[in-house]
Amino acid sequence: MIGWINTIIQGVLLGGLYALFAIGLSLIFGIMRLVNLAHGDLIVFAAFFILATVSAFGVDSFTALLIAAPLMFAAGFLLQYAVLNHTLGRDILPPLLVTFGLSIIIQNGLLEMFSADSKRLSAGAIEVASIPLGGGLAVGLMPLMTLVSAIAVIFALNALFYWLPLGRAFRATSDDPETAQLMGIDNRKIFAIAMGVAMVVSAIAAYYLGVRANFDPSIGPARLIYAFEAVIIGGLGSLWGTLAGGIILGVAQTIGAHIDPEWQILAGHIAFLIVLVLRPRGLFPRAVD
Amino acid sequence: MEAGKHRIEIAAPASRHVMLIGALLLVALFLLPFYGTRGLVQELIFVFYMLALAQLWNLLAGYAGLVSVGQQAFVGLGGYLLFALTVYGGIDALLAIVLAGAIAFVFAFPTALVVFRLRGAYFAIGTWVVAEVYRLVFAQIKPLGGGTGTSLPVSVTNGVFGIEFLKSVFDLRTALARDMVMYWTAFALAVGTVLAVYWILRTRRGLALSAIRDSELAAESVGVDGFRTKLWVYAVTAAGTGMVGALIYLHTARISPDAAFSVLNWTAYVIFIVVIGGIGTIEGPIIGVIVFYLLQTYLADFGTWYLILLGALAIVIMLFAPKGIWGYVAARYKIELFPLQRKLVKSEDETGPAA
Amino acid sequence: MSLLETRHLTAHYRDFQALFGLNTRLEEGETLAVIGANGAGKSTYLKSISGLLRGAPWSVVFDGEPIGDLPAAEIMRRGIALAPEGRRLFPSLTVEENLLVGNYGRPVPGPWTLDAVFSLFPKLRERRHQASTTLSGGEQQMVAIGRALMSNPRVLLCDEISLGLAPIIIRDIYAALPKIKETGTSVIIVEQDIVQAMKVADRLYCFQEGRISLAGHPAAFSRDEIHAAYFGH
Repeated sequence: MIGWINTIIQGVLLGGLYALFAIGLSLIFGIMRLVNLAHGDLIVFAAFFILATVSAFGVDSFTALLIAAPLMFAAGFLLQYAVLNHTLGRDILPPLLVTFGLSIIIQNGLLEMFSADSKRLSAGAIEVASIPLGGGLAVGLMPLMTLVSAIAVIFALNALFYWLPLGRAFRATSDDPETAQLMGIDNRKIFAIAMGVAMVVSAIAAYYLGVRANFDPSIGPARLIYAFEAVIIGGLGSLWGTLAGGIILGVAQTIGAHIDPEWQILAGHIAFLIVLVLRPRGLFPRAVD
Repeated sequence: MEAGKHRIEIAAPASRHVMLIGALLLVALFLLPFYGTRGLVQELIFVFYMLALAQLWNLLAGYAGLVSVGQQAFVGLGGYLLFALTVYGGIDALLAIVLAGAIAFVFAFPTALVVFRLRGAYFAIGTWVVAEVYRLVFAQIKPLGGGTGTSLPVSVTNGVFGIEFLKSVFDLRTALARDMVMYWTAFALAVGTVLAVYWILRTRRGLALSAIRDSELAAESVGVDGFRTKLWVYAVTAAGTGMVGALIYLHTARISPDAAFSVLNWTAYVIFIVVIGGIGTIEGPIIGVIVFYLLQTYLADFGTWYLILLGALAIVIMLFAPKGIWGYVAARYKIELFPLQRKLVKSEDETGPAA
Repeated sequence: MSLLETRHLTAHYRDFQALFGLNTRLEEGETLAVIGANGAGKSTYLKSISGLLRGAPWSVVFDGEPIGDLPAAEIMRRGIALAPEGRRLFPSLTVEENLLVGNYGRPVPGPWTLDAVFSLFPKLRERRHQASTTLSGGEQQMVAIGRALMSNPRVLLCDEISLGLAPIIIRDIYAALPKIKETGTSVIIVEQDIVQAMKVADRLYCFQEGRISLAGHPAAFSRDEIHAAYFGH
């Protein structure tokens, strides 16, 4: 029994990481209807960037994240402004194929620069710290912080969307890009800012990913798939839904792993497929579409 | 207004000169095992099956608008079916290829049930997830090698229909005869898919596809059943892809889940071929596979840089020449080797009442 | 010099030509009506001025500056605001948020504040926190106009504000126009409803199949002349 409760707790915490993966994807799709096939690879890129910052400046991983975050924003802004903005339009092929090409470039570029060896981010003593819950249960501090960070990010983004003029501009552009222009909103800049924000969230996700487990240039596509599954399970249009989706995915995976370690990922896919078949709009879709 | 009769006409295939050249080319390719080197034969087998995969992906994505990043599911499925049917079913390999196609056709339906819930780019990732599921499931099937894979026994590879016949008629070593059978099978699949795709698009179903691709809503308002048409195309493409997958793994004689369900080999390269050559045209993948073959031959040694180049090329083409090489050429010189444009033509033999 | 001019303004949708070399002017402070039948080119005219359709730089001249090739966001920033055809409110935003986003690109101080807009259209004040989709057609039109006013534009463009509304609502909305004019805003009203448009207009143009069929002061024309210009026969 304890085993199962522990499994579920671990799953919920894992869900926090998956939610962090998914938030960027959800944000970009919500504002510009773009699905970035390189999303997972950009998270891995951020992880390597943090690693490189640690080596270059001799700081710890968390400080490296703080340094990397604004640079990630700039990278996302530029990527959107210079490349991805030119793919947006009626046709779904250009953004798909361009981001697919980007995915291949990032994976191989990272391979060239860092080799295929697994890397890890260190966070010092807190990596292995845990908080006992009584009854033999404990939660790791890092996994807990991951979940808390995911929640904090969602609060922050919602504050942006509902309290700031920029957030109003995001929502207006998401509703009706043409009329948004009549409000003096420059779509190209708004999209670039949105991508920048998504990259910052991805950098945070990358930090927790890198501290929790080994990473190498090839793991990007799998992160994209988890992000995607979390978004679909949760339902389009709501960041809290994405969090729920991530948690459900995490729990499905840990339950699968509990039955047989080889089944972890497959269990997640099956949960995704079940939700897709029974509730195609996700479990918590936004009412207005 | 005159009351003459009208009919829809598709332009006759290219001029007699082009058809003659095409026929000669096909004959030359058919006879190649008799005058070409073994190396060349092997390379062309690769070119043929990539061409077949490209034509099929193009039919699905370029014409039906279903951009799948998960066709490797059916390549791998076809490959594993070949192994299962020959090793455990004792069925001849060539027949197994056909059966693999039929079984893949059946598998396409439950697969579509799931992925058709999604649209656009989400559909793309959905197909990728499904392919991953196929990979993970097959990695669990121990009799077919599990996670590490397995090889085809010599009895199967040397027992393919036609090998004995060729050995006796032309007095060849087994290896050579096997190459020839593989070559002609690959050739048949390549030519077959090109002709099949062309034939499909010339029919009314093909016109429906173009309509759906342009605007599903408008198409449905004129009576096209979008869902059924797309389902049919998806299933037919799956069958073709399954057959090619069976061929590939008969040829390779060794299979593993990571190789059989590889996104890079069976999707990334295929997409590259179609995009460079010209998406939404039949001529495009033909050009694309030639370009890809050249790039592979001369640049594949550069490993990661080669892949970075391919990715960058795909991006540049999509941004600046989205219709690919053939698209540019066809627009500039107004050619259509596989004509598909339909014209409304007045029947000459009708003399309606005077205006 | 006029505040806003179009010079040989043409517009095309793919192969179809919608406007044929229009020369029009708007003087500072005046209310200009553009009437015409469906498809005469009135909305295309406003889209060309507001930047949703782009053309030659000197085809549209604002305050002496060529703006014909500028993007819509830039033109809005210079002080030309459009209340578009069909209202086009943002469904994810409340009434108040729709109004507030109206000056995103041009947060210029002036007579039109949130409070001023609510005074102009009191019904909106009660509904300020409601989703814009829950409003009636007339109320939505009020929001659309208010949203355009929030940027304190020098020129307000109104595209078919009476479309789909009941006559009594139309009268309510048109009652607001003189108040808008009082604050010095120049207005171009595009309308199929001739009666209301002519009541508020200082000058009018009548479009017919992309060309000007009538121009001048409303009082100067008889009903028959207007009828002929509108329908083309």
